[in-house]
Amino acid sequence: MKRLCTIALLMAAATLAFASGPNMPRFRFENFTTADGLPNDHVYAVLVDGDRIWAGTDNGLGLYENGRWKTYTTADGLAHRAVLSLALDKRTGDVWAGTMGGLSRISGGRIDSFTQLNSGLSNDVVYGVSVEGENVWVATAAGACRLNLHTGEWSLYNERNTPMEEIWAYGVSATPTKVFYAIWGSGVLEYNQKTGRWNRYDDPDGQNSIVLFKDQGLVHEIVGNVSYVDDILWVGTYFGDSRYDGRYWHNFLTKDSGLPSNFTNFVKGVDANHAWFCTDKGLAYYDGVNWAVYTLSLTTHKPVMTVRDGEGNVTQIPATTGPAHNYILGIDSQGDDIWVATAEGLSHGIRQR
Amino acid sequence: MSSVLTNTRKLPHRLAVAALAVCGSCLVGLSSLVPATHAAQDENGIETYISPLEIVVSPDGARLYVLCQDAREVRVLDAATHALIKSIAVGQVPRGIALSRSGDRLYVTNSWDDTLSVIDTHQLTVVATWAVGAEPSGVVSDPDGKQIFVANRISNDVAVLNARTGAEEKRLKAGRGASYLVLSPDGSRIYATHVYPNPSPLRTGLENRTPPQSEITVIDAARAQVVDRIPLKSIAGVFHLAFSPDGRLGAVAEYHPKNMIPLAHLEHGGAFAYTLTLFGADVGEPVEVPLDELERYASQPFGVAFTPDKRELYVSVAGSECVLAIDVQRLLQFVHSHPRPASNSFESDLAASGNYVVARIPVGANPRGIAVSRDGRSVFVANRLDDTISVIDTRSNRVVSMIALGDGKPPSAMRHGEQTFYTARYSFQGQIGCSSCHIDSTFDGITWNLEPDGFGRSIVDNKLLEDINGTEPYKWTGTNPSVAIECGPRTEKYFWRSEQYDDRTLADLSLYVLSLPPRPNRWRSPDGELTPAQERGKAIFERSVDTFKKPIPESNRCSYCHSGPKGTSQKIFDVGTRKPTDNTGLFKAPMLTNIVLTAPYLHDGSARSLEEIWTIYNPDDKHGRTNDLTKDELNDLIEYLRSR
Repeated sequence: MKRLCTIALLMAAATLAFASGPNMPRFRFENFTTADGLPNDHVYAVLVDGDRIWAGTDNGLGLYENGRWKTYTTADGLAHRAVLSLALDKRTGDVWAGTMGGLSRISGGRIDSFTQLNSGLSNDVVYGVSVEGENVWVATAAGACRLNLHTGEWSLYNERNTPMEEIWAYGVSATPTKVFYAIWGSGVLEYNQKTGRWNRYDDPDGQNSIVLFKDQGLVHEIVGNVSYVDDILWVGTYFGDSRYDGRYWHNFLTKDSGLPSNFTNFVKGVDANHAWFCTDKGLAYYDGVNWAVYTLSLTTHKPVMTVRDGEGNVTQIPATTGPAHNYILGIDSQGDDIWVATAEGLSHGIRQR
Repeated sequence: MSSVLTNTRKLPHRLAVAALAVCGSCLVGLSSLVPATHAAQDENGIETYISPLEIVVSPDGARLYVLCQDAREVRVLDAATHALIKSIAVGQVPRGIALSRSGDRLYVTNSWDDTLSVIDTHQLTVVATWAVGAEPSGVVSDPDGKQIFVANRISNDVAVLNARTGAEEKRLKAGRGASYLVLSPDGSRIYATHVYPNPSPLRTGLENRTPPQSEITVIDAARAQVVDRIPLKSIAGVFHLAFSPDGRLGAVAEYHPKNMIPLAHLEHGGAFAYTLTLFGADVGEPVEVPLDELERYASQPFGVAFTPDKRELYVSVAGSECVLAIDVQRLLQFVHSHPRPASNSFESDLAASGNYVVARIPVGANPRGIAVSRDGRSVFVANRLDDTISVIDTRSNRVVSMIALGDGKPPSAMRHGEQTFYTARYSFQGQIGCSSCHIDSTFDGITWNLEPDGFGRSIVDNKLLEDINGTEPYKWTGTNPSVAIECGPRTEKYFWRSEQYDDRTLADLSLYVLSLPPRPNRWRSPDGELTPAQERGKAIFERSVDTFKKPIPESNRCSYCHSGPKGTSQKIFDVGTRKPTDNTGLFKAPMLTNIVLTAPYLHDGSARSLEEIWTIYNPDDKHGRTNDLTKDELNDLIEYLRSR
């Protein structure tokens, strides 16, 4: 009897916790693999353009439209089979793909590719791309560069003309006012569009992987990705994540946030207070206070959704579906839905009410 | 004499032309030749012409708007009486013209000013002149009158402008040399064509021997985004496009060069096919149909127009100086009754056009723009090089009247040379003219295998003709000492395979070619000031020591071979670019004027971009010392070259 009461109390408490916990988004995940027509299961990047979904994979660029996949390959003019990054020019509808062998523009079905041999592109390994106005900003393995679409001029930014120490540019986020670069091993670089000046943000702890001074600056020098939205910079590093409002830094680590891992491949700011973090141990969503994590159990491989509120209370939410894999590489939103790039497939998260 | 040549470059074009005209024959070593009769001259002593290029008919059919390129004006004519209502001045080298759907506004692109003139058709005055992209050409208004689309030939895109303010909202990537636009009858789509082929997308090592590829760029008019590209295989040179009024049939005028085989077979139809590509619901898959006949080619088709009842399609044929009348039903019957080749092209079937071309109507010199009257009874044809408009009666398919826009003066030597440049009458069966390969007196963006060098030998890139005066010898190998030899015996023997020019015609043609001015360089500031990147590139261009402080031999400096104001020392060099198929590795240093426009590069067009000249084709530093440069520095060098 005592045991039954205890169980009943625990169930009631769990129900209460679920009922009174933060209302974090819940999804039903539909996963795509090569069996469904995806070019390759290793998906580096995903991009939503209305009803069209672009997937940058290890073996071609996939386009999902009207329920069918179409694959673009090097035979179509793609710079390389491995597509690492994607960006949409919202004005023209052109898609830019950063690959292991150059930068490609997909426009109305035609692909034009820019390489370090046939153009001013600084390096063929293009980790990141972002379009702003008439400029395409590119993050490469040999620095940053900008292509002016009107003049065709390439401007290269590297250790010779910026505060960049390392030249491994892993990510870029461009807006009309500022452009941010994620530099692997050299923090975050900020380009002011008005003044043309560069500024650098570093980890005050230097190269240490231990965070000594939390919230006093960028969480780590090894920066994998940046996302600048609503004047807020979201930063994903290999040792935690950061949010910067232009004055104050706030860092996120597994020990004091809902992050499932400190190793972040990709970050996407939704607005000033909401962001997605793509880690090696699952997908995390932050609403400014609370966290939701969408993973597959490491032991059972069953879907798990975990919510952590602002007080640190953790709740498991029943989930019947989850992302295709815990190694998350990219995300984009389609209204309330999300599309998630993982190491073993592309996941469509359909928002549940 | 050399100082005269140098100085003419600094003069305004028309004054430079006059200077050339005065001393042209001695420049080309043809002092014994006599130019044709001189024309009337303006107050500056410069000959003046009208050069009608395009025609549009007002929505009520009462007026003709004639774009006159050399006169730099739009002439407004009464469509019934052909009387001049008004002349409206526009900008330099106007090229495109279009009415808003309401007919209240007339838009004119000024291709050398990079502006758009907006004309109020009630007041017949220019009410605005807006800055647009580089070398604006075709123009069209969306059906709602909210946006204007302008094709920019140099930047290879279509600019989208706010129709109220002229502010550019965005640019859409089009084909290379984007030039002509048309709105579909239902107003939902805008179709864009381009005059130079797109660069080969794949690096195969044989890009220079890949058939040219072009496209029709399809733009969603409401979203102002590219939604499709209709491939035009083996096509280089795409011009006007028109739709049948029901929107079910589109037709585009184009050149189909046969540059994959030696240019030695005019007698076997080996240089060009001139064709239409048809597309739309009436034909299903796009299909290419020839305009040529066995003995009479349709050299250089340009304008296309359907009659309102869709019974006939008219095509102006600039080099053949005629208009073709095509029976649309017979055309469709041909397309549907003949087995489709796998290529969807009937281009090589010289018997095909007999099935649907019902009349070949002679008109004036270099017919270009074409328009059908609203009642469908008349076709108006702009004869660019004799300042007339031919009026064709569509019932008889005969020219029933000729509207004279000029004073009827005989052509000057320069004008005669230009007429000679654009006509195909001198070549075997009227197949080709100079302008078949030098589109609008420029180039064609493809490579050719010319017979004099041997079959399969010495593949050569076609070069720009602008500003070549004083850069002899000509030909990539520098074996032609003058334009007169280049245009005369060589062309007659190897290209035309037909009648020869008389002495006067050759002198006039040479005069015209030597007078072609450079287009304004869009990468160079009007005041000549260089950007920081161009300044750095100039220093590299002129440097005498390399990055490691080692002296660069004079003969291996950029500025040695590419010296002088036009960027050529006029000497022959081996820069290590000889291919197994080349007869020699010695090539003349090409001039650098507007080099940015003329990809591909090197003598055989093997470099698709300026960068590839050095990233791929200069492994031993024979084409200048460049392998010590960082990527930044190479970019700077290229920025400087683009300003030349």
